Amino acid sequence: MNFKTTFCGVEFKNPIVTASGTFGFGEEYGEYAALEEYGGIGSKGITRQPREGNKPPRIAETPSGILNSVGLQNPGVEVFSNEIMPRLAKYDTNVIVNMSGNTIEEYCEMAEIISKTDAAMIEMNISCPNVKHGGLAFGTDPNTVYELTREVKAVSKKPLVVKLSPNVTSITDIAIAAERGGADALSLINTLLGMKIDINTRRPILANNMGGLSGPAVKPVAVRMVYQVHNAVDIPIIGMGGIMSGADVIEFMLAGASLTALGTGMFIKPDLIIEVKRDIEAYCEKYGIDTLSDIVGKVEMN
Amino acid sequence: MKKTELCTLTAKTEIADGIFDFRVSSPKIASETHCGQFLHIACGGGTLLRRPISVCDVYGDTVRFIFEVKGEGTAELAKAEVGDKIDILGPLGHGFDLDKAYTAPVIIGGGIGVFPLLNLAKRLDAKAKVFLGFRGKSRVVMEDEFKAVSASCEVGTDDGSYGYRGYIASAMEEYIKSNPCDVIFSCGPTPMLKAVKQIAEGAGIECQLSLEQRMGCGIGACLVCSCETIFEGTDKYMRVCKNGPVFNSKVVKL
Repeated sequence: MNFKTTFCGVEFKNPIVTASGTFGFGEEYGEYAALEEYGGIGSKGITRQPREGNKPPRIAETPSGILNSVGLQNPGVEVFSNEIMPRLAKYDTNVIVNMSGNTIEEYCEMAEIISKTDAAMIEMNISCPNVKHGGLAFGTDPNTVYELTREVKAVSKKPLVVKLSPNVTSITDIAIAAERGGADALSLINTLLGMKIDINTRRPILANNMGGLSGPAVKPVAVRMVYQVHNAVDIPIIGMGGIMSGADVIEFMLAGASLTALGTGMFIKPDLIIEVKRDIEAYCEKYGIDTLSDIVGKVEMN
Repeated sequence: MKKTELCTLTAKTEIADGIFDFRVSSPKIASETHCGQFLHIACGGGTLLRRPISVCDVYGDTVRFIFEVKGEGTAELAKAEVGDKIDILGPLGHGFDLDKAYTAPVIIGGGIGVFPLLNLAKRLDAKAKVFLGFRGKSRVVMEDEFKAVSASCEVGTDDGSYGYRGYIASAMEEYIKSNPCDVIFSCGPTPMLKAVKQIAEGAGIECQLSLEQRMGCGIGACLVCSCETIFEGTDKYMRVCKNGPVFNSKVVKL
């Protein structure tokens, strides 16, 4: 049974990576499942300067989901490339570095810095709902997405993945703009903007009032968007949003994702990757699938 | 590799209205737990995230934890019956620091914050002077158990319906004015922790506080359970699940 896949010219031993912002820099989860088990690991979102993030509380549970408002807490791109990336490079897995900027110039500077590291790919976050400047503002206008992608692609020496926001009217318009701008791949979905109110205090639970919804609650939306985007562009997709099992990975692949990412699910099962791979093996055996990547986009519509 | 474990619930008691005392069997967790650490528990039902609950004590292969029903997760957990399996991740976090040989320790707990202090009192070889505060008489729990493992134990209630009348931090403040004390350990509601921090730092006494925060992963990766701290002179968010839940009072901003 072959789980290998080539994505933007990079070899992945299996199509399962971790979603940015859920996995830190991998070291904590490495105590529960070896980092080599994953096809790749997505870093915590990196910014040009260090960020302390938003005030706590930063998390609230909602039906089958969670809202978070971390706000890109991270040590900054310099510390990441000088101290953290060299540690991660020792593991036999691909590192996908997620970056977020306030301006086009910042994105370009970071892409240049990350290009000098051992990272396998750069994931450009244009869709964080939890920061005041940049973030989501970049990800909702096709012209801005085109412009930003073009500028960053011109200076990036690594494959460039653009992470899309679901908080838009037409995700395919944004996906097409990123592809025209030169994106090598797309990842979707980032979290859906949400809010939860404590009816006793009449205040939102999150100190930041609103936050990003993730977990099984968003999965049907994510699967639909992966399907639509897969049919609108020719570049490959990393699909994510509420994956809790091998069956969920298969669903995203059928919808059109070449790679898939675990996120919130690992909060409940820190060694989820092991279970997911076992489930996928059983699925492949059941349906006589030799090469897992053959199922990408193979949903048959009614 | 570390793992989650399905632990059998071996005893269950409701020790006060809505407060449940659970004992589960786990040789691994029992042997690894240091006082002040917590368990990250999958509560079942429709809940998604695990809930962090402090370890109260360990006995041989048995791990004891006590929780109050506060929301959906704890309400679901309270439905578990003896013989059921409970999905536990842990022990997690940085517990109380007992590297120094303290000669006159003081322990002060408030409400449901008293639970993680029992194992601490035991590990201090019954040398600790213990102060426990509760809202009222019906909420007073574990007084006898603390008496058995401490030098002495004073209980107070906010409404004066039992023991010392008023906030228990005031009783502790009086005590340390005229008695030796080289460390204060505390867990309880934030107003109490604030008072304890102020009293300890005013008297120049080392103080360790156990904090609470809404958590995600519980292992230090997701960065949601932050608390405000001062580290090397600058403001910094630290992770309650990994850097804590126990912090030196001088580090945390309350």
